[in-house]
Order: sequence, then structure tokens, then C-alpha cells
Amino acid sequence: MALYSEKVMDHFLHPRNVGVIEDADAVGEVGNAKCGDIMKMYLKIRDDIVEDVKFETFGCGSAIASSSMATEMIKGKPLSEVKNLTNKAVTEALDGLPAHKIHCSVLAEEAIHSALEDYYSRQENAHGN
Amino acid sequence: MSIYADHAATTAMSEAAIGAMTRCMREEYGNPSSLYRIGQRAKEILEQAREDVASVINAEPREVYFTSGGSEADNQAIRSAALAGRKNGKNHVISTAFEHHAVLHTLDQLKAEGFEVTLLDVHENGVVPPEEVEAAIRPETALVTVMYANNEIGTIQPIREIGAICKARQVLFHTDAVQAVGPLTIDVKAENIDYLSASAHKFHGPKGTGFLYARRGVPLIPLINGGAQEKGRRAGTENLPGIVGMAAALKETVAERDAEAVRLTALRDRLIAGLKEIPHSALNGDAEKRLPGNVSFCFEGIEGESLLLLLDEKGISASSGSACTSGSLDPSHVLLAIGRVHDVAHGSLRLTLGRENTPEDVEYIISAVKDVVAYLRGFSPVWRDLQNGKTPFIL
Repeated sequence: MALYSEKVMDHFLHPRNVGVIEDADAVGEVGNAKCGDIMKMYLKIRDDIVEDVKFETFGCGSAIASSSMATEMIKGKPLSEVKNLTNKAVTEALDGLPAHKIHCSVLAEEAIHSALEDYYSRQENAHGN
Repeated sequence: MSIYADHAATTAMSEAAIGAMTRCMREEYGNPSSLYRIGQRAKEILEQAREDVASVINAEPREVYFTSGGSEADNQAIRSAALAGRKNGKNHVISTAFEHHAVLHTLDQLKAEGFEVTLLDVHENGVVPPEEVEAAIRPETALVTVMYANNEIGTIQPIREIGAICKARQVLFHTDAVQAVGPLTIDVKAENIDYLSASAHKFHGPKGTGFLYARRGVPLIPLINGGAQEKGRRAGTENLPGIVGMAAALKETVAERDAEAVRLTALRDRLIAGLKEIPHSALNGDAEKRLPGNVSFCFEGIEGESLLLLLDEKGISASSGSACTSGSLDPSHVLLAIGRVHDVAHGSLRLTLGRENTPEDVEYIISAVKDVVAYLRGFSPVWRDLQNGKTPFIL
């Protein structure tokens, strides 16, 4: 039996939405290099819909696959839906992760939530001005 | 393309070992403890294997005890010396920070039983200075245990010097020589080694077989109680096919050792030179005092498991000391012991070359590693921050 599911390997070997959005409306970064995982998500948002998303990840195969899958799951979706994305949904979409790798999917959830927080705080600041 | 470059993990079994084992399984099923002829023939084969193994390290046959492998031998040697020491009021053991877990966890157990353990610093080059061993010895020191060569970074320790110190100070000396038996010439008498552990599958023998050398007269208590096999020091019917396979593999390895050391050292140094061309990378451990086939690197800005998976896609089997490959949150204790910080230790790669590897393999590995490191850095937020000057480079 392989370490990872075919889905995980597919997203690891052919990650979707890799890269940077220079004029992103929101950026979320979670994890730290000391623990060996960092995820960074860039969102382009229009009319409360995730118009575009890109990610950068420093981490193991499942961290890269979780980032890739999470970006696919939120692209084109309204923020009301995006904010409900859970690590469980990411894990299920990947056909499961080994028990000691579940934290990678948690990181993906947290990266997206961190980006949404960044978006809302930017909105508040814009309205405040 | 399929390149096996993880010989420190295990090695492919040699044809000589497979042949000896299958012959033994087919024809010599006797129990060496039985008095009838087929039993006695099995006994002769067992003792011949003991002689063959003993001669490789300049030991007496009766000083060789067959075990299930290196871990068992480490456990038995360390516990025997420590528990005997305690009877004489000695409750202190000296070792190093980068030993194999078979040694470190045995020492943890001794600590829980009231022993005091000193783990010596292995410094940036991964070599223990003999004078620091000497300085750590106290009247209550029961044992010094220092590995012959490190399994991750391949550094070779000054065993002869440490052995001389231990002899002069009348302290028992054990060495975990799992990575050294086979590639290196070892003389337990000249090097004053009291106990030495070895494992067959590291030198093209079978898994589940190893041996403990214990100098005549040193304390040796059984871990497994039962029958009188191995002079009462290791109960259980001997794993004759495994033992015969080990002896055959070892004889073959030793016959080609000197030529192989020259060949592998050249391959190793070419691989090191090629990987050094990758910016912000560093060799782990001393460049010269290292095993002929060992190459260990850290690459800044990437994580080791993804590196291994991508190399596997290119047909290369290698290993890493990253947390994700160790199954814990911390990267390899060996890399931390030589002063690599966590961020860098996560990006480690170990390539250990052996019998089947060719110069073409090495060139292919260099180009594959260069590609994969560049690819992973291409979407690593850590690398981006390093490039932008947001965080300083360490390597």
C-alpha cells in the first residue's frame, strides 16, 4: 500500500493554482518553518466571490496536495461558502490522508480562513477611511 | 530509470548470500542443538559462520554472539555493561548526542532505572574529539558507547583513540558499528573494543540477523532467556539460514572492500561536488572522515519529504531527516546535534551509494536533485522570503 492516495499524489505531482497574485485582495499565511510547514494563500475577490486563488507551500507531499485541493475547492465560490470550508472536506476530497498528516489539511483550512480575515480587515479599514 | 541510493537504510541481498541461505534451508534443516548427524552438521555450519564473522574483525570465534540484528546487539551490550557496573557502584554511562535510537532509547531506559548518562557534543563536523571522551570519564563511569560511523551523515569516529582511552581508564567500551562493518576495516583487538554491534542487511546479507562481539571476560547478560544457545547468552534456536547468509555476504563484501572503498569514495566526492553547485546548500558532516558512500546535504527553503517523493518519481530511492519522514514534529536528532537549525534540517537529503551504483547514476542524481530543488523552491514561501531578503539565509 502506498503512503498516499492517488488523489494526493496527483495534486502533489501536478499542483493546481500554484504561484502568487501580486495585486491580491487578501493574503493568508500559516505555519512556521521550524515545524516544517508553511502555507500562503493569495485571493482575488470580486462581488464576494473568489475570482482567483494561488498558493505557495513549503512542506511535505500532503501539505502541497492539501493546498492544491483547497484552492480548487474555493475557486469561483462565494465567500459565504468559502468560510465554511473545513479540513475534513479537504481530507475527504483527497480520498484521505495518513493519520499523522491530517494537520496538513488543517493548515489548508487555516490558511484560507487567515486570508478571509485579512480580506475583512482590509474592508473595514477601507470603510473606516 | 531506477537508482537505489539508500544503502545506509538497507542493501540488496548478494547472490552469494541468497545461494548460501537457500542451500541451508533446503539441506540443513537440523537443529544445531541436536546430537544426531544432521543436527551436528548444522552445528558445524553455525560454527564455521562464527569463525568467518570473527576473522573479519580480528575476534575469537567464541567472542561472537549471533543476534536478530544491530538493535538487539546494542541493547544487550549496553545493558550488560551498565548493570554489571552498578554492582560495583558505577552508575554513569557516556555516549554521544547522535547515536542510533537503539542506543539512545536503551540509555533512556537506564536513566529511568537511576543511571546518569552524559551525551557528548558531536560538533559541527559530526566527530567526537577523543579528549572530550577522556574528560567525561569519572570514577563511577561504567561504559563508553560511541558509534563507529553515523548512519545519517556518515562521519567516522576516532574509535582507536577512544578505545585506547577507555582501556587506560579501565572503562568498558561499546561501539555500534552497524554502518561500519563491511565498508571499513575493523580490528577489535588493535582498537581496544570491548563490545561491537553489527547488522547483516547493511552489507548485502539478510534482514533480521546480526551479531554482537563481546570481548572474552566482559559482562554479558541475556535479553532472551531460555535454552543454552550462544553459551547461554541468547536463548532460542539459532537462525541458521540468516547466520549463514550473513557470513557469506560479509566474506564477499570484505573481499572487495578496498577496491570498493576507492570506487565509492570517488563517486561520493563527485556527487558532493555536483550538489554543492546548488546555491544555499551544505554538506552535513566532515567531508573526509566519512563513509565511502555517504552524501548528506541540507537545502535551504524546501522540505525533505516532498524532495524524496519527487526523486522517487524520477526513479531515485533516497532518504531524509525531515520531520515528515521521521514521523515526529522534530527533524533528525543527528542534524540537530551537528547544529543545523530546524528550518534547515527539514530540507535534508541523504544519498548513500553502494555496490550497484555507477558514475552514470551519480550524474543522473545530480541533475535530478538540481531540478527538484529548483522546482520546490519555485513555490516555497520560505524561499521567497529568503530571496526578498525578508529573512536571512542560513546556508
